[in-house]
Amino acid sequence: MTPMVEALIFILMAIAAIAGAVTVVMARNPVYSAMGLLGTLFSVAVLYVLQLAHMVAAVQVIVYAGAVLTLFLFVIMLIGVDKSEDRDEKLPGQRLVIAVLAGAVVLIAGGLTFFADFDWVPAASAPINPDLTNGTVQAVAEPLFTDWVLAFEATALLLTIAAAGAIALAHYRRRSQE
Amino acid sequence: MTWEEIAIVVLRVVMTFVLLLLVTVINVWAERKIVADMQSRIGPNRAGPWGILQTVADGLKLFFKESVTPRKVELGMYLLAPFLAVIPAFLIFMMVPWGAPFTIGEYEVALQGADLHIGLLFILAMSSMAVYAVVLAGWSSGSKYPLIGGVRATAQAISYEAAMGLAMVAVVLWTASLGSENALSLASIVEAQQGTWGGIIPRWNIFPQVAAFVVFLIAIVAETNRAPFDLVEAEQEIVGGFHTEYSGMRFAMFFLAEYVNIFSMSAIAATLFLGGWNGPTFGPPIVAAVLPTIWFLIKTYVIVFLFFWIRATLPRLRYDQLMSLGWKRLIPAALVWLIVSTVAIGFRQFGAPWS
Repeated sequence: MTPMVEALIFILMAIAAIAGAVTVVMARNPVYSAMGLLGTLFSVAVLYVLQLAHMVAAVQVIVYAGAVLTLFLFVIMLIGVDKSEDRDEKLPGQRLVIAVLAGAVVLIAGGLTFFADFDWVPAASAPINPDLTNGTVQAVAEPLFTDWVLAFEATALLLTIAAAGAIALAHYRRRSQE
Repeated sequence: MTWEEIAIVVLRVVMTFVLLLLVTVINVWAERKIVADMQSRIGPNRAGPWGILQTVADGLKLFFKESVTPRKVELGMYLLAPFLAVIPAFLIFMMVPWGAPFTIGEYEVALQGADLHIGLLFILAMSSMAVYAVVLAGWSSGSKYPLIGGVRATAQAISYEAAMGLAMVAVVLWTASLGSENALSLASIVEAQQGTWGGIIPRWNIFPQVAAFVVFLIAIVAETNRAPFDLVEAEQEIVGGFHTEYSGMRFAMFFLAEYVNIFSMSAIAATLFLGGWNGPTFGPPIVAAVLPTIWFLIKTYVIVFLFFWIRATLPRLRYDQLMSLGWKRLIPAALVWLIVSTVAIGFRQFGAPWS
């Protein structure tokens, strides 16, 4: 893969990711928002592949596109938020605040990339580390289960607690209503 | 990359694609014939000898039929859904090695669409993509029954994918414990199953991983929405399920995707548990080169036949039975097996913890 091809794929996928993100916000229909998110997740997965992080790309598609987004769609279809019915805002002026914040982030990020003299180093021309091209799974797993095993276990415990908490909350609410 | 290398890549993909289309044409006919036999009927017998051209005739008919578009559909998603069904179905089979690699001149040609070192993860990712087709088709049809089918499909796919993934993990751990460098690539999983125990029993993963095989088999039947897990398109309850409003070529694409999925999931089961293309080779070089592909096809067809047999035998599950089977039986069974198998592997590799 030549740097030219890499740049081309990057530009295409970056545009696709941004288009997807805009769809998430702008779409009138929540199902189309979910599809926009799917497009963004996929484009970002392709960008990961471009950086030779194959495992991250696959996990992104399995976990986010495969499980999380399917659950979103499930909820959208089950509750039947078919058309935009509930559009009045609970917090006054939330759109303005978000717009200002998002604008500031875009300005700072854009300014940083523009003024801080970054170099474009295409993965194709960079020196290739065979560990990272042929075994990203091993490259991720080894530090995860040796150096960072405590943080890993703590995160796992946190997720379990969150899941148990969600179940407990759901049951608590149902009992108090009866 | 020289043009020879590019040609080989194209050749591999095209050969895999053609093989998949051919077996799918045969599978559609074979299912009708086998199920007919099991129900004491004759089945298709008009087009060609034993009706073997029935699928071609049906395909042509569907191709020339009008694709009716109902008035209340969400057009964009409605048109997109059939393609979302077909693309992952074909991509999954690209990972499966379906024959022993051979050499042309100085180049080695592996009979496999592509050998990714994250092959199994790719398969999981694509099979989780396949559910979008069903969900979107159900939702965009703007009709009640397809919507119910779509909602059922989501829940079913999420539930059974977990069990399928856990069964795969057990195989990957076992393969890695045999000293394979890249236990997630299907080519290395096949390689790790070469040889025999004592010259008689082949070193297939089904023997050390029999529980994982059973869980995997049940999960792939549910993943492909086949009977007895075909609640997604249960004719007696919800007409045709998600594809009720589809006709002509668009319907044909869903149909094609279903049969492609049956074959590729069976091929993956054969690759993971039955040794893939491993088998005795003998005879002149030409025969010896073709034999691995034949072994692969025989093993795959054993599982495909199992699919058809189950369909002809078992009645459909009720929805709550489906969910309780998935969450209360299969996933715990897969987890327990994963722990047992991991402890056994650890025991073999590191010895007892007290020694």
